[in-house]
Amino acid sequence: MDQHHDDPKVHTLHVDPVTGQTTTGHEWDGIRELNTPLPRWWLGIFYATIIWSFGYWIVYPAWPLLTDATKGVFGYATRSDITVQMNELKAQRAVLAAGMAEATPEQIKADPALFQIAMAQGKAAFGDNCAACHGVGGAGAKGYPNLNDDDWLWGGSLDAIRQTILHGIRVAGNDETRVSQMPAFGRDGTLKREEINAVANHVRELAGLSTEPKANLALGRKLFADNCAACHGEDGKGNKEMGAPNLTDAITLYGMDMASLTETITNSRGGVMPAWGGRLDETTVKALTVYVHSLGGGQ
Amino acid sequence: MTAKASPVRQATVGELIGMLIAAACVLPLIVIAALTENSGYAFHAMLGVVAALVGVVLIANRCFDGSVAVEPQEIGGKPNYNFGPVKFATVAAMFWGIAGFTVGLIIALQLAFPDLNFDLPWTNFGRMRPLHTSAVVFAFGGNVLISTSFYVVQRTCRARLAGVLSPWFVVLGYNLFIVIAGTGYLLGITQSKEYAEPEWYADLWLTIVWVVYLLVFLGTVMKRKEPHIYVANWFYLGFILTIAVLHIGNNVAIPVSILSPKSFGLWSGVQDAMFQWWYGHNAVGFFLTAGFLAIVYYFVPKRAERPIYSYRLSIIHFWALIFIYIWAGPHHLHYTALPDWAQTLGMTFSIMLWMPSWGGMINGIMTLSGAWDRLRTDPVLRMMVVSLAFYGMSTFEGPLMSIKAVNGLSHYTDWTIGHVHSGALGWVAYISFGAIYCLVPWLWNRKQLYSLKLVSWHFWVSTLGIVLYISAMWVSGILQGLMWRAYTSLGFLEYSFIETVAAMHPFYVIRAMGGALFLIGALIMAFNLWMTVRSESVAAMPRSDETQAPLAAAV
Ligand code: HEM
Ligand code: HEM
Repeated sequence: MDQHHDDPKVHTLHVDPVTGQTTTGHEWDGIRELNTPLPRWWLGIFYATIIWSFGYWIVYPAWPLLTDATKGVFGYATRSDITVQMNELKAQRAVLAAGMAEATPEQIKADPALFQIAMAQGKAAFGDNCAACHGVGGAGAKGYPNLNDDDWLWGGSLDAIRQTILHGIRVAGNDETRVSQMPAFGRDGTLKREEINAVANHVRELAGLSTEPKANLALGRKLFADNCAACHGEDGKGNKEMGAPNLTDAITLYGMDMASLTETITNSRGGVMPAWGGRLDETTVKALTVYVHSLGGGQ
Repeated sequence: MTAKASPVRQATVGELIGMLIAAACVLPLIVIAALTENSGYAFHAMLGVVAALVGVVLIANRCFDGSVAVEPQEIGGKPNYNFGPVKFATVAAMFWGIAGFTVGLIIALQLAFPDLNFDLPWTNFGRMRPLHTSAVVFAFGGNVLISTSFYVVQRTCRARLAGVLSPWFVVLGYNLFIVIAGTGYLLGITQSKEYAEPEWYADLWLTIVWVVYLLVFLGTVMKRKEPHIYVANWFYLGFILTIAVLHIGNNVAIPVSILSPKSFGLWSGVQDAMFQWWYGHNAVGFFLTAGFLAIVYYFVPKRAERPIYSYRLSIIHFWALIFIYIWAGPHHLHYTALPDWAQTLGMTFSIMLWMPSWGGMINGIMTLSGAWDRLRTDPVLRMMVVSLAFYGMSTFEGPLMSIKAVNGLSHYTDWTIGHVHSGALGWVAYISFGAIYCLVPWLWNRKQLYSLKLVSWHFWVSTLGIVLYISAMWVSGILQGLMWRAYTSLGFLEYSFIETVAAMHPFYVIRAMGGALFLIGALIMAFNLWMTVRSESVAAMPRSDETQAPLAAAV
């Protein structure tokens, strides 16, 4: 053992037989350390990264001062960078949007070039704003209408669609929003439990679905005429003026099974869609109108 | 061990104080449990009561079971090492590792199949994710660091661990913290700071434990019989000290009341973000890097039976690493409200961090020069060397991702997750596995591991798992980043967000398969270790400062 720790001068040089390198002379639990110098490439790259950093500090904002920070000779700032990028994008779109701004949705539909742009813009805007509820393809989900079919609660014309997008549905404080409120027949005590069951069965009858064997369909028919027909129509075909859904087509927002129907009649529903006017610009709304209209069911 | 002169003895002053403090906690904790309106907090208070009572019983028991008041520092002129707490932490590391990998697998499956959230609050991804990160980083990694540091500091200082009760306090107290943190997440108690989720009371407890940890470690270093401090101990000390500072800095918070688990941090807005990522990045730098480099510096030369490649490199890269890491945090906040100058510093310091990080890899791998052939025959050594290669890879990838132009693509994507796990699985977990494979036979006085063949199986199965995991994340991350920024020729975004989510599905399935393989590997390891401990003990195993015959003999 060559450990003369107490006096550094008498370190006997210990040489590692494999590498021929000397060790530091210390040993811990059998571990020694070689005197290998720093790898040159390692040191070279280390210095290079340091020099590069100094250069970077000169050209970019880098060191904090008392009230401010060094600005860097490139005059770069993330804030202005994003403005530049957004302006470039706007300029690119402006060329295309020029025609869009003046055209009505009808004109856009008629003009293949504008239509192509509207569909592209509409798809992007739909994906970012609408798809969360209506699905990427507009197929909807329970409580969120399918926009691909030709069944419309509030109308499927370009004007009606645009109106719905701009002002939303049941948006508090928006005068032009779509509002309608079906009464909560059960909660309000208008109808009793058996009566609700009878009406629900009648609704299934209207839609051509099976009814429960013990259902009192006659009572259901009478109650429907007294309580529901004013909005949904005698024949149950609905009324788009008031957003009353067609009950006969088996296309449904909340489900046509007995449990869902009972819930709807007892407590009513009343989904809300945000108003996009003010959030999205005119052109985007127009593009969305054309896009939704073209999904399959436009009228 | 000692002759049973008298079965019962008088408690020492230290033991009395320990019992008194523990006992004094019981009543206030019961009061808190009774008065608080938060059931999770009440549960934690009762957990504290149980822990305090167990503490009293454990200490009191020492006076009855014949254990001596203070173990001798040396027996027959050789250090009388204290390996009990080391053993406990080693077993705990294995336990938490498997738990953490399992939860990782669950959340990986949840991302692929969201129905697996089961619509229950406790099993929701949002609560399971921090459970995973804390279980693997702090519970698994933390116990590995505590066990190896307590082992290495004793052997390289030729001194018994400082303190009588305190080493046990550190180990048990730390694991109590883990239980509080983990159950808290599931019950919905969190301060919502990544890697620092536990609330104020858990933070306070950890602070106490950590300070004692520092004292035990320092005390042992100060008692050392060696003239110099071995490099592994610098790394351990750097890790322990810095984590204390980071933990306190990031967690200064004012509780709503002593009866509420909720607190409000002192920092807000962008300052809070900066503190969080100063902490977060240095948790990587000092917990997941410095601490595990310490492991490299002891276990690799020991296992390879070769000297450390370069003493000079170890000094230079140690100080460079410590100095530079602390500045790099802002690379987690590129293109945010953080001022540009801070982003620049974060980026440039990350670039300068590249070589200091690689210093550890070079020193570790080159230590094998003269023993390369061992890689073929010793799967444990192979695991450690592969871990160094992964370390080198992720510390190259990290500086690359810090460059703002690259980060613009990688940030928020699975690329980050891939980077994390090449570091976490490849580097942290592998070096830990290597160390534990060495430690268990040493601690339990076994001649060798039960089966090196099983180690080989572990190695190959989990390497395949890592490769599946990180390559899936690289592809999905870059795909995700490109989809987010794709514009159509008309100047509109090409994909909606949800379409990019749907595109990730196949990669999430592959990642989960990788995770499953990694978990299977760890189970093979646990079995192997269990069988090792059950095998016959070698009575002649030296309990001294003599160089232990490393397991190479087993090859
Ligand atoms: C079986 C092995 C593992 C699997 C399947 C797994 C899976 C996962 C998953 C699915 C996530 C969430 C990713 C996301 O939110 O998109 C995650 C996050 C994370 N895991 Fe793992 N993991 C495993 C092992 C580990 C290990 C061993 C460590 C550390 C030592 C680790 C550290 C982390 C960290 C730090 C994060 C958070 C990353 C971030 O926020 O960027 N994991 N893991
Ligand atoms: C030179 C060394 C390293 C540098 C410069 C570095 C850099 C980075 C960068 C730029 C990110 C992405 C930040 C973002 O876009 O949000 C990141 C994330 C991360 N890295 Fe590293 N990395 C390094 C080494 C490591 C190692 C060795 C590990 C693990 C053992 C690791 C663990 C992590 C974790 C956990 C995250 C995710 C943090 C989060 O967002 O939750 N890094 N790192």
